Amino acid sequence: MSGPLLRIDRVRKSFGDHVVLDDLSLDVHEHQVVVLIGSSGSGKSTLLRCINLLEEVDDGAITMAGEEITDPRVDANAVRSRIGMVFQSYNLFPHLRVLDNVALAPRLVHGVDRAEARDRAARMLDRVGLGAKANAFPDELSGGQQQRVAIARALVGQPALILLDEVTSALDPELVGEVLGLLEELKGEGTTMVLATHEMSFARHVADRVCFLHQGRILEQGPPEQVLVAPREQRTRDFLRRFTG
Amino acid sequence: MADTAHDGARATAWAPSARQRDRDAYRRGRARRSAAVAVVSTVAVAAVAVLALVSSPGWPRVRQSFLDPHVAWESLPRVLEGLWLNVRVMVVCAVLIVVLAMLLALARTLRGPAFFPLRALATGYVDVFRGLPLILVLLLVGFGLPGLRLQGIPTSAVVLGGVALVLTYSAYVAEVFRAGIESVHPSQIASARSLGLTHGQTLRHVVLPQAVRRVIPPLLNDLVSLSKDSGLISILGAIDAVRAAQLKTAEYANFTPYVVAGIVFVLLTIPLTRFTDALARRGGWLGSQSGLAGAGAMR
Repeated sequence: MSGPLLRIDRVRKSFGDHVVLDDLSLDVHEHQVVVLIGSSGSGKSTLLRCINLLEEVDDGAITMAGEEITDPRVDANAVRSRIGMVFQSYNLFPHLRVLDNVALAPRLVHGVDRAEARDRAARMLDRVGLGAKANAFPDELSGGQQQRVAIARALVGQPALILLDEVTSALDPELVGEVLGLLEELKGEGTTMVLATHEMSFARHVADRVCFLHQGRILEQGPPEQVLVAPREQRTRDFLRRFTG
Repeated sequence: MADTAHDGARATAWAPSARQRDRDAYRRGRARRSAAVAVVSTVAVAAVAVLALVSSPGWPRVRQSFLDPHVAWESLPRVLEGLWLNVRVMVVCAVLIVVLAMLLALARTLRGPAFFPLRALATGYVDVFRGLPLILVLLLVGFGLPGLRLQGIPTSAVVLGGVALVLTYSAYVAEVFRAGIESVHPSQIASARSLGLTHGQTLRHVVLPQAVRRVIPPLLNDLVSLSKDSGLISILGAIDAVRAAQLKTAEYANFTPYVVAGIVFVLLTIPLTRFTDALARRGGWLGSQSGLAGAGAMR
């Protein structure tokens, strides 16, 4: 396949009178890591939720591997099962043990039998370094560990694309590193990712492309050395100044 | 190893400072004083209550007609026999109530125009049966349904009374379930849907397990209430503990059987109440929901 894995074509989304995404277009190619930056309310989270069909777009189209997923005739659950999503506040299921959190989707969505689902989940937990915590409940883990479980849960169905929505924003500073380290490893394995973040040094380190969102539009995009170091737009410079102090 | 030994030595070497010993002594003194105050005030209140009761002009007659040990002993077997009916009615009704209430709660949470009739029906049901006094439902069902003379309509007072209890209680319990369902944070649903779970799977595996755990204490509270209200089926003529006490009261021309029935009902509900308290206090996920972001304030 030569085209992009994900094509966002002139997507528009508003909540009431507030336009959150304004004619936004973006291509993501396989094995690429695209980082979305921008202040709160710039549309980063909404864009990720639209890609995962958790929000319906008001106009425009999102195409994945050549198929338009925003078409209402497409099975949204099948699309979501090919896209992993990780949230800012982990959103683990508090009533299920760590292993069952990860095994739930394989069992229910991918139709794998219970033993095989638990087996896959256990392997994925080993992969994120939490094999020993399989039988714990989520509230017995630290924030960083919970977020790594959430990443394992998103990865276990072998999705073609992972969306990460400010996955380190709720973590104590000393726990951020363990999650970012895991994401770097995933990039090394060629995982396609779209992530919204406020971690500029991390963005600079892993991004193939950085997009600066402002009022629902991509104001500037390009390689991290350009957007984060020598931005062309005044607004990008203003935004970045807040992170360098 | 050396470190551990060192820490151990330090831990055993610690002795409270003079300041800490002074604090401890002060706290022990306060605790003794509180205990003494509690004992004295309890005894004083109890003494006043007993004195007021015993010294009231009608006390000898009341004691004779409400607290006759002979009548109590004679009526106990029949009252207990009646209570066994209450227990059976309660258990069967509780199961039916939980099932019907869950269906009603689910119907009320359905979204979309296609489900309007179902949603409206469930809402109307809850409005009507929460508003109607239980005793009216009992009378209407107990005397109205058999009056229709339809084939297959039960005529037993126990069955009709049970139907009335299920109708009324399922409306209350449905609201308890609905509150539980709506208390599950939307991020949990988003998270389940993002994994590709369907709406039904999300409800079954993510929303309901959390909702039900949260409403177990109020649910058991309703069960305690049901155990008492099962006594109301006596107005349809079923011989439960209340009705048995009524018959014995007439037989001996003495009210003591009512007191006996009251005591056995209290003895029946106390274990249920204690069980509810124990569940509510239980630790682990049920007790603390720190796994949910922002749930701290709920504790």
